[in-house]
This record gives sequence, C-alpha cells and structure tokens, in this order.
Amino acid sequence: MDDRLILALAGVTFRYPDAARDAVTDVSLAVRDGECVALLGPNGSGKTTLLRLALGLLRPAQGEAAILGRAAALWSRRELARLVGVVPQREETSFPLRVRDAVLLGRYARLSPWSGERPEDRAAVERALAQCDATDLADRWLTTLSGGEFQRVRLARALAQEPRALVLDEPTASLDVRHEMELFERVRALVDRERLAAVVITHQVNLAARFADRVLLLADGRAVGQGTPAAVLTRETVERVFRWPVAIEPFDDRPQMIPLRQPLP
Amino acid sequence: MKWLALIALALASLVCAVMLGPSHVPTAELFSSPIVRDLRLPRALLAFLVGGALGTAGASLQALVRNPLADPYLLGLSGGAGLGAVAAIALHLAGPWALPLAAFAGALGAMGLVYRLGLVGGAELDPRVLILAGVAVGAFAAAVTTALVSLSDATELRNAFLWLWGGLSGASWDTVRVMAIYTPLPLAVLYAAARPLDLLALGDEPARHLGADVERVKRRVYVAASLLTAAAVAVSGVIGFVGLIVPHVMRTLWGHHHRTLLPAAFLGGGTLLALADTLARTAIAPRELPVGIVTALVGVPVFTLLLRRWTTA
Repeated sequence: MDDRLILALAGVTFRYPDAARDAVTDVSLAVRDGECVALLGPNGSGKTTLLRLALGLLRPAQGEAAILGRAAALWSRRELARLVGVVPQREETSFPLRVRDAVLLGRYARLSPWSGERPEDRAAVERALAQCDATDLADRWLTTLSGGEFQRVRLARALAQEPRALVLDEPTASLDVRHEMELFERVRALVDRERLAAVVITHQVNLAARFADRVLLLADGRAVGQGTPAAVLTRETVERVFRWPVAIEPFDDRPQMIPLRQPLP
Repeated sequence: MKWLALIALALASLVCAVMLGPSHVPTAELFSSPIVRDLRLPRALLAFLVGGALGTAGASLQALVRNPLADPYLLGLSGGAGLGAVAAIALHLAGPWALPLAAFAGALGAMGLVYRLGLVGGAELDPRVLILAGVAVGAFAAAVTTALVSLSDATELRNAFLWLWGGLSGASWDTVRVMAIYTPLPLAVLYAAARPLDLLALGDEPARHLGADVERVKRRVYVAASLLTAAAVAVSGVIGFVGLIVPHVMRTLWGHHHRTLLPAAFLGGGTLLALADTLARTAIAPRELPVGIVTALVGVPVFTLLLRRWTTA
C-alpha cells in the first residue's frame, strides 16, 4: 500500500444524466504528496468533472475513485474536508464577511456542532493567513478585496483546513501576471516545503509546464497524454488538442508554447 | 454587552406587555389580578414565542435560499394556512382548536407541495426553484381562498380574514403550553445547523468542499423552519415583517455567523412581537388592531431605511 498516494482515479468513466456522450472516459490519475499535477485541456474537456469524481462528488459509472486507498464515495464530506482543501472556480458572496471570518469557515470540518472555536482553530487561521501573505487583510471585508487578494484569502481558507492535498480550479483565471505568478509560486512552495499534494486545473499551459511535476492533458473527456511536461506538451499533441497551430520552445528545461498567428477562414 | 442589552430589552418587552393594557391594573395587584394571570401573561409569552419562532425561521430561510429578502412566508406557508383556516370556517368545523389545526394543516400541505416542487429536476433543493414554487403555491392557495370566500356568505369569514392578518387574542395557557412544547425541537435543529448555514452562503459546491453535508442541512433547515412558521401561523395568523426585519437588524448588529445570529433573532423577534402586540391592544382600546398591521406599520419604514443603507453602502 502506497501511503503517499492521496488521490487516485483508475479508469473512471462518467456521463451526466441526459447527456449525449461521456464527460470523462477511462481516465486514470494518481496524485502523491509533495507533487503538483496540472490538469490541462480545452473548455468542456472534462477537467472539472474529473475533479468532482476524484473528490467523491460524482460517482464513476466505471472505474474507481479512491482517496488514501478508500473509495471516494465512502468518505463523509466532513472527513474529506480535513484531508483536501479546495479552491473552487466560483463561489457566491450572499452575505458580507470579514476576511478572518471567511478563513475561519475552513475550520468547519474540525469543529463540533455545539462547541465554539478553540485556540488551535484561531492559530490555524492566523497561520494560514500568514502563509498566504494575507495577515494585513484579516479585518477587511471580502467585498473590498481585489481579485488577487481574494484568491489569496480563498487559498488561506483551504490551508486553514490543514489538508494533505490542495485542489485549485482555475485559480488565476482573472489575475494579472504578478498575482498569477505569486499564486503558482505559493502553491509550489507549499508542495515543496509542506509536502502537500496539489492538483491545479488551468488554461495556462506555460505555467503548468513550469510549475507542475506532471500534467494530464484532456480532450473530449479522454486522457491524451500524462507525464512530465516535456513528454506530454509536444507540438503535435498541443495542436491537435487545442486545434490551433503553436510553436514549442524550451525555457528553463520546460516546454513553452507560443500560439502562432493564423488568418480565420 | 450587546447580549445583555438584548436580554434586558426582551425582559422589558415582557414586563411592558404584562403591565399595559386596556384595563388598568394597579402595580400592587399585578401578581394577584386574574387579568394578568389569565390574559396578559399567557398572551405576552405567546407573542414572545411566536415572534422568536418567526425571527429564527426567517434568519434560517434567508441562509437557505441565499437571499437576504427571504421571509418565513416566502415559501407559500401563509397561503396554505389561510386556505386551511377559511376552509375550516366554510365547512363550519367547530371547537376551539378547529381553526389553528386547519391552518396548521394548510401550512404543512403547502410546505409539502413546495418541497416536492423544489426537488424537481434533481435531488437538491434549488433555492431559485424553491422560491418560484413558494410563490406559485401561495398564489394558488390565495386564489382558492378567495373563491371560497366569494362563494360563501358566512359572516364568520370576515373574522377569518382578520384572524389571517395576525392576532394573539386567542392566547391562553393552553396555546402557550402547546408552543412551549412544540418549538424547542425545530429550534434546536436550526441551531445545530448554524455552522453549515454559514457555509451554505458560499454556494452548494464550495460548502461541500468545506465539509458540509449540503442536502441534509437544506432538508433539515427547510423542514424545521417551515414547522416553526406553520405553528406560528396556526396560533396567531400571518404576522408579517417580524421574520424579515428582525434577522436584518440582527445581521447588522451581530454579523452573519448563524451561531450568534439565530439566538439573537429569536430574542429580537420575541421582543418585537411582544411590544407590537402591546401596542395593538392599547392603541385604539377597547378595540384591537390586528398585530400584523402594527408590525407592518413599524416594519415597512424600518425596511426602507435598511434598503437605503444597503444601496448606499
């Protein structure tokens, strides 16, 4: 038994009710601690569905999803929240919250329904804020934060869960270069120093290639390639999956993609 | 400090409700007067329990449907209760409990129907579908109610309508006892769901990621809040605005943590309704205003103020 193996998908297939085709077909993925895996692929290629399968939110029609060797569906949401911290793509702000209270929500799975917050919960919140360079934001209202600050706070909330794995769904979708780089550097540092496992869904092929140990490239719900960035991100594969001509140049020993210009028909 | 003030206010509202009334009772005779013992005290306690139930139900439903404008009647319960009450009168059901029981049954019927409709298209209670279902069921029940009224010539129907506007004149130690036994369970269910309600504000999937069993929380909150509201309607008619205004004021004072918000909404709702009922009894004594009119007359200006604060903030 591989006790470093945190998230494991083995040949999973899934189709949403009433859908014409499978959202995910026969995909396998293993994520260990101290490892960062990027999920790449065009819109609608099944990345988010794959994460839902990995986290037991959907049940595969075929194949198996396991977390720490136990079927994903058998974990309660509470147990899972102590193990995996997720930064979802979208969330709502129905009622105004201050940053510290928002991060405290990450402690939910470690609190009993009747007791108050313990000193260790407050300590975990402060630690998570510090790890995300968000201590100065603690007393601000969430609604007053910039996009980059907001993502830092959401990452802090996931860290307050004290998880063994982080899952980020398009965490830099609306960030500028500096905040985007900061976020990837931060996640990479957590993986290296704290030995967290990280799964990042992103459209940033080049950043995935530079920060991830492995990439899984999806197209139409199928795994087109999986392995080191250099092995997967070849010109032929990238052009076929994203249906656009590109050049691939090495930089820092990692493949970097440059989309080429092409007149529209 | 805030808590002390709120508790003091709650006690003061009860004292007010017991001391003031259309007939003068000297302070020395407060404890011996049958007016206080048999009329004012049970009525004050009932007002407090009903107001507390409405405040808590309103705060919980706002979190459930992620809409700060939700109130306990949003989900069609008032329409169902009204239909039940009017049907009981049209059918000449007799007995002191006929009207409250029929209203309670009507509210539960509406709750079941809205709940069933809320599950359409999946296993989850979608807030948007719930609100639409609530409005639809409420409108349907109101139409049937009006049809019943227009077909019947019973003079009691005027009373039914007045009763529907809310009133605590039916208060007795029996109704207080029933409410005191009935309300603790749904209240406890809502308090137990306070933390997951905080998470629900983020949306279903983010709440799941943080460890909330979203479906179960939603079902429990929906059923518990509806049961509280149905009981409140059954003993006192449709008292508007308490379940909307009180949670709002408490949200501005206590923030959005439901562990503190729900108890604050209970005390605040109880206080407001005890005071409003005192006003309803004394303002045009010896006649009474329906208490729902008092809460609306107080509630609407407060609500517009809140609305202005929001839009400027």
